[in-house]
Amino acid sequence: MEEQTPSQNNWLKKVWFSVRIPFLAIILALLVGAIILLVSGANPLEAYWQLFKGAFGSWRNIQRVLEKSTPLIFAGLAVALGFKAGLFNIGAQGQLLLGALMAGYVGFAVKGLPAYIHIPLALLAGLLTGAVFAAIPGLLRAYSGAHEVISTIMLNYVAINLSDYFSEGPWKDTTPGNIVSRLPAIQPSAEIPNIGPVPVGFIVAVLTSLLIWFVINRTTFGFEINSVGLNPHASKYAGMRTKLLIVAAMVVSGALAGVGGAVETMGVVGRFQPGFNTGLGFDGITVALLARNNPIAVILSSLFLGAMKGGANTMQFYANVPNQIIDIIQGTMLLFVTAEMVVRWVFKLRKQRDTEITVTSGWGQR
Amino acid sequence: MISKTVDKKRELSINWKLLRQVILGLVIVAAILFFNARSPEKTSAVLSSTLRYAVPLILGALCGIFCERAGIVNIGIEGQMLFSAFLSYMTNVWTGNLLLSLLVGMLTGAVLGLFLAFLSIKLKLNQTIGGTVINILATGITGYFYQTGLTTQGKLWNIPLGPLAKIPLIGPVLFNNPPITYIAILLVIFSQVLLFHTRWGLRTRAVGEHPRAADTLGVDVFKIRYWNVIIGGVMAGLAGSFLTLEGVGMFERGMTNGRGFIALAVMIFGKWNPISSALAALFFGFANAMQIQLQFMGIQIPHQFVGMIPYLLTIIVVSGFVGRSRAPAAEGIPYEKE
Repeated sequence: MEEQTPSQNNWLKKVWFSVRIPFLAIILALLVGAIILLVSGANPLEAYWQLFKGAFGSWRNIQRVLEKSTPLIFAGLAVALGFKAGLFNIGAQGQLLLGALMAGYVGFAVKGLPAYIHIPLALLAGLLTGAVFAAIPGLLRAYSGAHEVISTIMLNYVAINLSDYFSEGPWKDTTPGNIVSRLPAIQPSAEIPNIGPVPVGFIVAVLTSLLIWFVINRTTFGFEINSVGLNPHASKYAGMRTKLLIVAAMVVSGALAGVGGAVETMGVVGRFQPGFNTGLGFDGITVALLARNNPIAVILSSLFLGAMKGGANTMQFYANVPNQIIDIIQGTMLLFVTAEMVVRWVFKLRKQRDTEITVTSGWGQR
Repeated sequence: MISKTVDKKRELSINWKLLRQVILGLVIVAAILFFNARSPEKTSAVLSSTLRYAVPLILGALCGIFCERAGIVNIGIEGQMLFSAFLSYMTNVWTGNLLLSLLVGMLTGAVLGLFLAFLSIKLKLNQTIGGTVINILATGITGYFYQTGLTTQGKLWNIPLGPLAKIPLIGPVLFNNPPITYIAILLVIFSQVLLFHTRWGLRTRAVGEHPRAADTLGVDVFKIRYWNVIIGGVMAGLAGSFLTLEGVGMFERGMTNGRGFIALAVMIFGKWNPISSALAALFFGFANAMQIQLQFMGIQIPHQFVGMIPYLLTIIVVSGFVGRSRAPAAEGIPYEKE
């Protein structure tokens, strides 16, 4: 027993080293949030308490947190996988949006299927749409050198315009009395059910995280993606087909984002409606960086963000604090988790080489 | 042999380029005159609307140009605009002093520029992330502090430039505008001269292309980068002030509505060149104005498809299908002194 203590200590130390920066970033962000609450005349303790109660106060609330976390997990995985391959997929937002749109279309337009066929079919529609839409920047990056940050930002707006067009035009909900531009409600057979308070979508998301972890850490494809992300030139020299890998990574990333949108449509909103999933792709960036691109940790950071989103309304109602404080906390968190230097400086931590992550290169380089 | 044919080709292509530009210019002028003869009010309405839509894009693109020419990627233009729009609006609500509001807007942009520069130069934070942080924070903070039901005493009004404003067609469109529009037009010329005909501009471009070489020659890379990002911030701040003081006259949550990103598209479309970018912004503004006119005439092109044009064009341009658009070489890479 005595001999095991040091190794146990080491193990604890290792875990602490890998989580300390995100953990301290969260603490700092909550502090910044508290200061802003104080400045605006609100009571931060009261606000955070209501936020917490709103997130975990009842089984219904916990279910809502799980619902909110589900698309975040998929978006986070999409961005994290991109980062692994050295790609910054800001376009997760657009891929997610079109995935949600197509799942909404298949959800309402295809009738008379049993749920066990309809649900996978609609999910598949979201997956394929996301994959195809992400293939465009992937191909452009690989074969024309157009940087994916630029092309995916532009494609996000193309996606917004496309989904607006379909929900205002050809696929508009024409039930009498509806003046909002949105798609009709999906068939009951396309609705993702819950098991107790746990949405089935959440279970699928967790399983997907495990799958992505396995792919990244235990398969050749994962190894090659990692390698391309760390050093594209060396990978090419080692005989990997780097261009194909870039496209493949983008496609898988887009597929994940597309499923995230589909799950949101089929499990939470019940139809596609523009504006309901705004920002989820950008949340994916925060989720991925908070999780340091680790697929398992993506689940945890999604739950954290999901809890804030789930509790926000209760906080707004009972503590009279505008919802937007969540955005402020999230932005600060993103800042602190990427600007490790600030965190280290505040807490006087020493530098650890393996905690650094490369995110993406500038678009000047080829 | 080979070199000769290449030379010939190059000579020919230069002539073609000039010819193309001259013909394009003449066609545009002829079209404007033709439509002006048929219905003067409609023509000047379309042209004015084009300019109004283009001004924030021009200013946003100038922000991008200054940052990126010095080697700093700025995707936080959207956030800078939103923040400045909010603070200049609030200043207008509190003091009713339009000049002060304008200055506050510019200062806000500059401070956010300094913030981005600090993140990317001092902390060597990934610049794309830095911009994203600014965007998220701007949405959050302005949304948090914004209250509905505020009123202002007024907004910036047109200043006709004496007899110039009386010239038919050109007068009302170009010489009868509110102040920020004039400032934007002057800033395009100012930026073009500054970047391509002064020592400061040469140094800026050198720092953006090859900071190590510039450093070797005694240029202070960090100083150049800081100041250019701050100057860019002032431009983005002006764009934000334009929205609340001149364009809309009030603030709404998320009112920039992607203009910062279209500005990025404009910058790339204009190949990181102030005058070309201004022309690109006018082109996007014109597409928008035409779509509104077509809707009045009962021709329904879904506005979403017109809305896609700037983004699709940008993708086509960065992909090199139509002409090559090359970013400054050292963009996005933190510089480390040896």
